[in-house]
Amino acid sequence: MSILVNKNTKILCQGITGNQGSFHTQHCIEYGSEVVAGVTPGAGGGEYHDIPIYNSVREAVDISNVDVSMIYVPAPFAADAIIEAAEAGIKLIVCITEGIPVNDMVKVKAAIKNNECRLLGPNCPGIITSEECKVGIMPGFIHKKGKIGIISRSGTLTYEAVYQTTKNGLGQTTCIGIGGDPIRGMNFIDCLKLFEDDPETEGIIMVGEIGGTDEEAAAEFIKSDIKKPVVGYIAGVTAPPGKRMGHAGAIVAGGKGTAEEKYRALDKAGVHSVKSPALLGDAILKLLN
Amino acid sequence: MNLHEFQSKDLFRKYGIPVPKGAIATTPNEAKSVAHELGGEKWVVKAQIHSGGRGKAGGVKIAKNQDEVTKFAKEMLGKTFVTKQTGSSGLPSNSVYIESATDYEKELYISLLVDREDECISVISSKSGGGNIEEVAEEDPNSVFKIPINSALGIMPYQLRKLSIGLGLTKEQSGQLTSIIKNTYNLFLENDASLVEINPLVVSKKSELIALDAKINIDSNALFRQPELLKLKDPTQEDESENDAAKKGLNYVSLSGNIACLVNGAGLAMATMDLIKLHGGEPANFLDVGGGATSEKVSYALKLILANENVQGILVNIFGGIVRCDLIAQGIIDAVKEIEVSLPVVVRLEGTNVEDGKEILKKSGLEIITATDLTDAAKKVVEAVNK
Repeated sequence: MSILVNKNTKILCQGITGNQGSFHTQHCIEYGSEVVAGVTPGAGGGEYHDIPIYNSVREAVDISNVDVSMIYVPAPFAADAIIEAAEAGIKLIVCITEGIPVNDMVKVKAAIKNNECRLLGPNCPGIITSEECKVGIMPGFIHKKGKIGIISRSGTLTYEAVYQTTKNGLGQTTCIGIGGDPIRGMNFIDCLKLFEDDPETEGIIMVGEIGGTDEEAAAEFIKSDIKKPVVGYIAGVTAPPGKRMGHAGAIVAGGKGTAEEKYRALDKAGVHSVKSPALLGDAILKLLN
Repeated sequence: MNLHEFQSKDLFRKYGIPVPKGAIATTPNEAKSVAHELGGEKWVVKAQIHSGGRGKAGGVKIAKNQDEVTKFAKEMLGKTFVTKQTGSSGLPSNSVYIESATDYEKELYISLLVDREDECISVISSKSGGGNIEEVAEEDPNSVFKIPINSALGIMPYQLRKLSIGLGLTKEQSGQLTSIIKNTYNLFLENDASLVEINPLVVSKKSELIALDAKINIDSNALFRQPELLKLKDPTQEDESENDAAKKGLNYVSLSGNIACLVNGAGLAMATMDLIKLHGGEPANFLDVGGGATSEKVSYALKLILANENVQGILVNIFGGIVRCDLIAQGIIDAVKEIEVSLPVVVRLEGTNVEDGKEILKKSGLEIITATDLTDAAKKVVEAVNK
């Protein structure tokens, strides 16, 4: 078991002929993921590494079975691509694209509300079930099949957590990058719920950062609904207020969204937190023993 | 991207949001002639900087005659204002905005913003306007209320009624408020704003609602489709090195410490700063060279952080995923040689081809301190700087 994706998952790539799309699709295939179709409007009828390319998502799903859409469409057109995937009935949409206007994401969230789909991202590394299926841009080789579920707002910090749990032998079930944008799809709570219900996941690592109040909400939820051990880390203790720290959503605005507040919420909820990302692997190992 | 007050007010006029008559001036004489053209007996002279809290810093003054307008303009033009939002270096006022003074009875607060919690655009309002809204919210939470806007419906009449009642407006004033909110919402959407703040929105002695101040932030991600707004960018209000970095595709924020860091990925870059602090040092910057860190980028980034004269040590922290560590190592060596870096450089590499990368660093003959992991890296750089 794992969550959301596994060795049977069939992937569609939107934006497969672009630089990013073709490069990462190839890496996903090398990892063992099954990419069954690509979409690039205007390039329909073509092929990429034997993968058929269609003009629209609807056309692709009419012909192939598709479980997940992986989106690399450039930011100006990405909102359209997400809604197109949702309307075509795809159940999991993973949007890697960075730099989507926030008002576009407001529209996307309202538009897909009634579709039976989950959106992951945008501006995220994607999702990977170790040694089974990679949907995104993470380095596959650092992952090892195991028992830790990882949820993170940041790409490279996820890799740190993955690498540490690979080195100490715990391994991972599934790792999810939920993305660094202020308005996004799946959140900590959605992922926590899935990991709690996954029998193979024995412990959870949650990596948050400054901006917004999602970590606070997650802390409350862990207290009330999660029985598995959770280790939390928040990046940005030293971030100055009012400055965007790389991610569009990583900003302390009006005194809200500070790392201190988030640590306080984790402590209050009894979540085990670490002050250094270097300690994530050790901390979850200790909690499990 | 932030707009100046005068730019925001131009947009307000375009969208039919009432503002006092006014114009911009870049010399004291120009300020005086603006006041003359505006007529009347009282004017407000306002420093134009990308920051709130101008009043307390002496950047907003009421002039009772045209000579005072000249005098205040002279004081403000070219002056650097330090407010609680600018940081200690402050921001220069290269122009002043002169407008007719408005006599008013009440100060209200209105803003539209991207509401992360409800994932929509929300109206925030309070009948205690004029001051700092965060402080008002803390002292009197009941006086601040939020109305989330459903993007398919737009703002609804019942929501506007609720707003008017909350703000204690008369029926006639409610009509004015309705038009102001609707126009502000259109402005917000059409210009890809992430914040439009009117603080204060006053009720004048003639019972008219007027926006005395205007603050607009534009979503930087949307500037590709807002070419006209992009022209309004004022680089004098931003950190020069941050601007240069952005042009090269780097995310850079300068800080006040003495340990510079160079990292790939925003989260890891923040965490690296935190680690330096945790081990007793002070970070000099946030720097994310991005996922596709090339040796040119690394070289440019090193030059950028070395331009900060407070820097006494450098920590390079790269988790090579798609990027190969051997390439990064070569990039570091080339840059260190080219720029003749004399400060201690601590390098932590992890990920693809890490052993080759470490070998390249070792063989280079340069005094590069290699670290085994994150903690080791932070400890070593703090130690090197404190020697």
